[in-house]
Amino acid sequence: MRVNVTVSLKAGVLDPQGQAIENALGSLGFKGVSHVTQSKLISFDLDSTDADAARTQVTDMCEKLLANTVIERYDIALEQD
Amino acid sequence: MRAAVVTFPGSNCDRDMAVAIEQVTGTPPHRIWHGDSELPDVDLIALPGGFSYGDYLRCGAMAARSAIIPAVIKAAERGVRVLGVCNGFQLLTEIGLLPGALMRNIDLNFICRNVALTVDNPDTAFTRKFATRTTWLPVAHHDGNYYADDATLDRLEDGGCVAFRYGEPVNGSARNIAGITNAAGTVLGMMPHPERVVDPALGPNPGRPLFESLLESIG
Repeated sequence: MRVNVTVSLKAGVLDPQGQAIENALGSLGFKGVSHVTQSKLISFDLDSTDADAARTQVTDMCEKLLANTVIERYDIALEQD
Repeated sequence: MRAAVVTFPGSNCDRDMAVAIEQVTGTPPHRIWHGDSELPDVDLIALPGGFSYGDYLRCGAMAARSAIIPAVIKAAERGVRVLGVCNGFQLLTEIGLLPGALMRNIDLNFICRNVALTVDNPDTAFTRKFATRTTWLPVAHHDGNYYADDATLDRLEDGGCVAFRYGEPVNGSARNIAGITNAAGTVLGMMPHPERVVDPALGPNPGRPLFESLLESIG
């Protein structure tokens, strides 16, 4: 299956890159843009057909490496082949 | 004082750190490769600045999973002094020896200049030999914006764990924090580079008191 892990800054943690993007969009004349955040998408194939087991394993990966849970949150999306 | 300097792929201040330690203590430190899994019997472990693993994923994230790290954690738990500078500070937060995290500088710029500092706690194993409360050191970083939640920041301040503060806002760091210790005062992480201003050939040496403090504390 394909695994997509989105790692984002937690709510309340200042995101200077998101703010810079928001300012740049505003200066290009795009109206009504707010609360821009920048996230990371980490994708990989995982040799597994058991969604529950895969989710447990990927959660462990997030906790141990993919995210720094002091400042970041993660969302796991699984796509069955 | 017996010391070890750990080198990761992408470390670039490891030699400066080794030279600074040797100049102040008279003894060259052991040079340890990240792939080693054992440390010699030392009093100080230095985690140098640089861009370990190209800062991939997050600064210090890959280095935090190196073979040498369990030995560093074990030594720190025994009370061996640990000094992490710049990338070394980022690494110390990634491995959990210090709280919080270092984020992208608030203005997104890489900052490379000398900055004014205050020695916030002059009574630590790392700071006792600073003659004045105000000093300066060079910084060179893209991700030095210290973040921790308010409860953690309060705990750091109340426990005397803020070793250094910037004299003025530099990178967006919470409460202008430039360096912190653990509760026991045995582990210091700091963004400024004391090892770069130790050699008398380079002019003033405001970094020297940090290493002299360690020498006095360890003997």
